[in-house]
Amino acid sequence: MAYETVVEDNIDILVCGAGLGGTGAAFEARYWGQDKKIVIAEKANIDRSGAVAQGLYAINCYMGTRWGENNPEDHVRYARIDLMGMVREDLLFDMARHVDSAVHQFEEWGLPLMRDPKTGGYQREGRWQIMIHGESYKPIVAEAAKKSADKVFNRICVTHLLMDESKENRVAGAVGFNVRTGNYHVFKSKAVIVAAGGASMIFKPRSVGEGAGRVWYAPWSSGSAYGLLIDAGAKMTQMENRIVLARFKDGYGPVGAYFLHLKTRTQNCNGEEYESKWWPQLQEMVGKEYLDPEVSHATHRPIPTCLRNHAFINEVNAGRGPIHMITMEAFQDPHLEEVGWENFLGMTVGQAVLWAATDVDPKNENPELTTSEPYVMGSHATGCGAWCSGPEDISPPEYFWGYNRMTSVEGLFGAGDAVGGTPHAFSSGSFTEGRLAAKAACKYIDDGKAKGIRVSDKQIEDLKAKIYKPMEHYKIYRNEVVAGSVNPNFINPRQGLDRLQKLMDEYCGGVTVSYMTNEKLLNIGLKKMKVLEEDLEKLAAEDFHELLRAWELRHRVLTSESVFQHTLFRKETRWPGYYYRGDVMKLDDENWHVLTVSRRDPKTGEYTMEKAPCYHLVGTDE
Amino acid sequence: MPTFVYMTRCDGCGYCVDICPSDIMHIDKTYRRAYNIEPNMCWECFSCVKACPHDAIDVRGYADFAPLGSSVRVKRDEEKGTIAWRVKFRDGREKNFLSPITTKPWGKHIPKLAEVPAPSKEMRDSELLFNEPKYIRLDDGDLYSLEAAGLKLKEGVYY
Repeated sequence: MAYETVVEDNIDILVCGAGLGGTGAAFEARYWGQDKKIVIAEKANIDRSGAVAQGLYAINCYMGTRWGENNPEDHVRYARIDLMGMVREDLLFDMARHVDSAVHQFEEWGLPLMRDPKTGGYQREGRWQIMIHGESYKPIVAEAAKKSADKVFNRICVTHLLMDESKENRVAGAVGFNVRTGNYHVFKSKAVIVAAGGASMIFKPRSVGEGAGRVWYAPWSSGSAYGLLIDAGAKMTQMENRIVLARFKDGYGPVGAYFLHLKTRTQNCNGEEYESKWWPQLQEMVGKEYLDPEVSHATHRPIPTCLRNHAFINEVNAGRGPIHMITMEAFQDPHLEEVGWENFLGMTVGQAVLWAATDVDPKNENPELTTSEPYVMGSHATGCGAWCSGPEDISPPEYFWGYNRMTSVEGLFGAGDAVGGTPHAFSSGSFTEGRLAAKAACKYIDDGKAKGIRVSDKQIEDLKAKIYKPMEHYKIYRNEVVAGSVNPNFINPRQGLDRLQKLMDEYCGGVTVSYMTNEKLLNIGLKKMKVLEEDLEKLAAEDFHELLRAWELRHRVLTSESVFQHTLFRKETRWPGYYYRGDVMKLDDENWHVLTVSRRDPKTGEYTMEKAPCYHLVGTDE
Repeated sequence: MPTFVYMTRCDGCGYCVDICPSDIMHIDKTYRRAYNIEPNMCWECFSCVKACPHDAIDVRGYADFAPLGSSVRVKRDEEKGTIAWRVKFRDGREKNFLSPITTKPWGKHIPKLAEVPAPSKEMRDSELLFNEPKYIRLDDGDLYSLEAAGLKLKEGVYY
């Protein structure tokens, strides 16, 4: 093989993936490790990478404790009910007590936070959200990361983590390749913070053809947060907890500002409010504890998002679609109309373009909404990710093993999408988690926990052979056929992705089956996944760009297998509206008020599943 | 709405190639100009459009649901700290928007943490992050804790 090997040695902290979580980690690491070597490896360019690449129009997680608005425990309770009880409250409390300091720094750095003309305080969109002019949110935080890091390696697709050979279950760095030059990059590091992305495009999208990239979460969010960690044998949690979004049809433009700030509402094709009629039936499924509209109305306790989705899906299936967003009232106010448009231009330009292309002016007509295909991620309103240690002063024994945000692999930390059980972190919370992981990783090194790490040349060479295999495979077999992409000896990454999306959709509760699955379907799906994995050994890549897609696919497949295993394990329907287990259509607190934890044995590929206790914040006298 | 590149405006500088988060803007080997190699992996994030010094990149709505004939143009100016949008509907109507992108000179107000005073041992052993607790509270109080809030973590079914 002619690919050059480039070794970066003696790294203290390696940050894999620099979106909001990774930039937070790199920035903060410098404070706690002023003499440490901090390196970022990112598959794109950190100025515009990650889910916030095109900008954001709101920061969805800001407590405002300084102004007496909310306390950390208020946010924990909010996330708890929204996720039907299944969250890591230690991690959430920890994130919430730090998140404001990240936001105040953003403002100092130049991020334009809108002000409420009446109070002079930040412009609230909702209880937790503040509005920003965030087109340059990502370039601004990238600047902070660049100031702290010794080196930033852009365009390096990290494919695997390196493991220590002197001590079992300890990380030793990472490897990957440069998507431009093709060079093989080896990063030897004492600690690694995985801040890569969650998984879009593992379920078949509603769009077809060209529009397949018009997904809600970025198409470059390839599940690498999970692929890297699962492959290293890290424990995962709540991977069944995929999220389905109710969004503007086709463009998937966000609805938060519309509901919260513009005070818009939804109605069915007959112009009727439809949600409340589904509540009695739904109450029987989940229990009054989780759905009590009267309590919600009186106390501002939200109705869980999944349950509102359930009403949406059922109303459409009952033949009373489409569901419309009533924008015509709010948009008569020119200021609110401007907010509505800038909301899209600031974070989902595609929706603005779609409305322009279809002559939809929400001032004159009410746009359609839809429910999206499912996504697996851990920073927006759901909490898939690694089973991580919490902070020492908060976490109960089952949640604590030495270092904040460390996974079950020593020296391997997570932030953002990578950390499980911490929904509603969003951009600011992910950045905060990166900071927390960075401080803990520095401490891990200072405590002498990373001494004596050994990585053999064999491990490095074996991984090199593995990484470039799709290109070798292509060279060997391409000339067996005249031309074209049909070859009996290989599939290309797109063909593999299509197969994955189809089988996730049909067997794991995608959009074409109205989010329904059951034990039989899941077992068939898992069998097909095994065969897909065998075929991945025959994946072919024509060039470095396709090699990037090949490894993204590999990470998506590892993520998907974990989603299957977790969905099979949890024998209840915990989140109607996100997915349904048709064979167990009820929520079951007696047996399943627990967090699901998995581990895939890196050597055998076998899964083991366990239940972990679910702790909640209660008064000291309870 | 995937991106496309106008033949007569592109000079092959590669700014779009350098910035694209999806790695789909590449230079065509024959024409020595950029093009979108994989439209169905385009998120229409406009990173390349904003980065192009020649306004050579535009977007055309996704063929599967967007009719032809509209346009969304953007001008991002780091010097002025603004972003300007022009939305042109299929039927010819137009809307214009202007927003700030930063309130400070680019990158000047971000501290270099290698040069700030190093944290004390006491701070290292605490749960505090850089500039905390003063970046969280206005009073002299400490970081929030379960104890201060009168809370504990308990196993069981709570809503």
